[in-house]
Amino acid sequence: MEHLRIPIGRVIELSIDLFTEHFSFITIAFSQVTENGIKYLVKAMMFFPPWTLILIFTGLAWYLSRRRGIALFALIGLALIWNMGLWAPTMSTIALVFISTLMAILIGMPLGIVSALSQAAYRIIMPILDVMQTMPAFVYLIPAIPLFGLGPVGAIFSTVIFAMPPAIRLTCLGIRQVPVELIEAADAFGSTKSQKLFKLQLPMATPTIMAGINQTVMLALSMVVIAAMIGAKGLGGEVWKAIQRLQPDRGFESGIAIVIIAMIFDRIMQRIGNKKEETETR
Amino acid sequence: MTEKIVVENLYKIFGAHPEKGLKLYQEGFSKDDIMEKTKQTIGIADVSFTVNEGEILVIMGLSGSGKSTLVRCINRLIEPSYGKIFLDGVDITGLSEEELRKLRQERFGMVFQHFALFPHRTVLKNVEYGLEIQKVPPPVRREKAMQSLEQVGLKGWEDSYPEQLSGGMQQRVGLARALALDPDIMLMDEAFSALDPLIRRDMQDELLDLQERVQKTIIFISHDLDEALKLGDRIILMKDGKIVQEGAAEDILTNPADEYVEKFVEDVDISKMITAETVMKNPIQVASFAHDGPKAALWKMKQAGISSIFVQHKSRLQGLVSADDAVQALKEGVKDLTGILQTDITTVLPDTPASELFPLLAESSPVAVVNAEGRLKGVIVKGTLLAALSEGVSNNGTS
Repeated sequence: MEHLRIPIGRVIELSIDLFTEHFSFITIAFSQVTENGIKYLVKAMMFFPPWTLILIFTGLAWYLSRRRGIALFALIGLALIWNMGLWAPTMSTIALVFISTLMAILIGMPLGIVSALSQAAYRIIMPILDVMQTMPAFVYLIPAIPLFGLGPVGAIFSTVIFAMPPAIRLTCLGIRQVPVELIEAADAFGSTKSQKLFKLQLPMATPTIMAGINQTVMLALSMVVIAAMIGAKGLGGEVWKAIQRLQPDRGFESGIAIVIIAMIFDRIMQRIGNKKEETETR
Repeated sequence: MTEKIVVENLYKIFGAHPEKGLKLYQEGFSKDDIMEKTKQTIGIADVSFTVNEGEILVIMGLSGSGKSTLVRCINRLIEPSYGKIFLDGVDITGLSEEELRKLRQERFGMVFQHFALFPHRTVLKNVEYGLEIQKVPPPVRREKAMQSLEQVGLKGWEDSYPEQLSGGMQQRVGLARALALDPDIMLMDEAFSALDPLIRRDMQDELLDLQERVQKTIIFISHDLDEALKLGDRIILMKDGKIVQEGAAEDILTNPADEYVEKFVEDVDISKMITAETVMKNPIQVASFAHDGPKAALWKMKQAGISSIFVQHKSRLQGLVSADDAVQALKEGVKDLTGILQTDITTVLPDTPASELFPLLAESSPVAVVNAEGRLKGVIVKGTLLAALSEGVSNNGTS
């Protein structure tokens, strides 16, 4: 049977080779931007003494969610992380998540809009998303190495790919959910396509899009941890080290720090989404 | 009367191959046959009609009759397959996308069955929408929007969200949103159908009031005959995408074109729809208070073959003189009608429904129909009313 094998793997390998050989300017540019982005973001965050940042984050949590409970949780959680001596890796994890999420949204939302408005794009993009979402996360780490080498850039690359599907999917869903009658009304008053998009479809899709972004953040966080295997620093790196050195104490402490970050993000994002709905239904 | 919109041989055939559907339709196949043979759905077929400036035209039919498709073809929300639509003499079926957008912005206001208000915008922002997309400066559009909110009686609600309003109020917003653009044509797609009956009646009254003031050309879609009769200057009845009958309310009620129309009008209480104006007879002879004496009055009664005569003075109805009294007065040598004029006669306005005429006729016959100025318009005796009603009933109840 060996001679009948369809060379799927080989084709993918060859295309990655081709890309590294002839389109390296793209990967280099991507590397430059993300590497510098992470470097300066981490530098900026590490510039402040941890307690000022804890207060800033707490204030931000309160401002965004308007819930004292969430703000209090952020305060205690972050203080605990500081206390466990995991402040620096936590900051670098947050920076990685922030940059990957931003990129996932910047790429994902336009794709979502296109697939909502064009049936042809929808038919092409949706099956790709299905594949992307069922593919084991580890697989995305492999092309990152030849393209970007070990380190945070490769980590961000695979994280963006892994975290992007919900941003695309829910943007598309949110726009498609706008009732036909409203679209008809917008048309009947003579709206252009872009007026329809920005004045009706996107505003009405906002709660759904926010839910998608929330999922993107959560997926980014989980992938950033896995991406420690290809050299992403941060809390994932701590866990990875703990596995290799068989240090359950360190491993669990880092795990708890990840949970704390995830919960703070999740609660705040959910509140932003809901708050939007509440002002609508007030 | 100017023709505002002229629709000529309009077809809408849904499906990938409308030409196949058209061919079969013209060969005389039914809607169902065409569906079976070609998978093409006939939405509307060979529809032609005109809408006059300033009138309310009601397009009526059951669901699936093509009435909503038809109204959407007029502003091309649905692209007609064949046929022409002229607006002030210009064929709009050939307009480019840009021209069409301009046309929709400036000429058409549309009101939807389920209101179709934008839930993320306040009432004011909803009403402003049409002006906003035309890039009217904010203070101007705000002022216009406020004016049209005032027109529909929603002043003070501008900062609310649609969800906070009742159905009737939401539809007022829908109406205001269409009016804010000051379009010359209003397309109203079952605009009041989603409202409960009491509110619906109020809204109908208000629309008629509003129409008195704004004088738009209104195309109103409805499945409710009572609504059609109340609002429509003319009514078009549709079935299976075709026009079955076109005419004023009375034509449709009293001369239904076929069984379908008959079925439709069956439920309407005919005695409510027939008014004094429809059953009255022209007064053949009227006596003049100033010139006629008993002898002239008697002569006129004899001429017309009636036993009593209405007396007018300076175009106003004064009373009634009976033949017996006139003969008596003649014997006594009286020269004028003052002494024998009965002034306690029964009068009704032209729009009094027939159902209210029965008790009046039982008490006294004839009944005089006078307009608001007191001028005699016609006469009703028992016989004429019964004849009119039986005609209506026999036309109506034979299916």
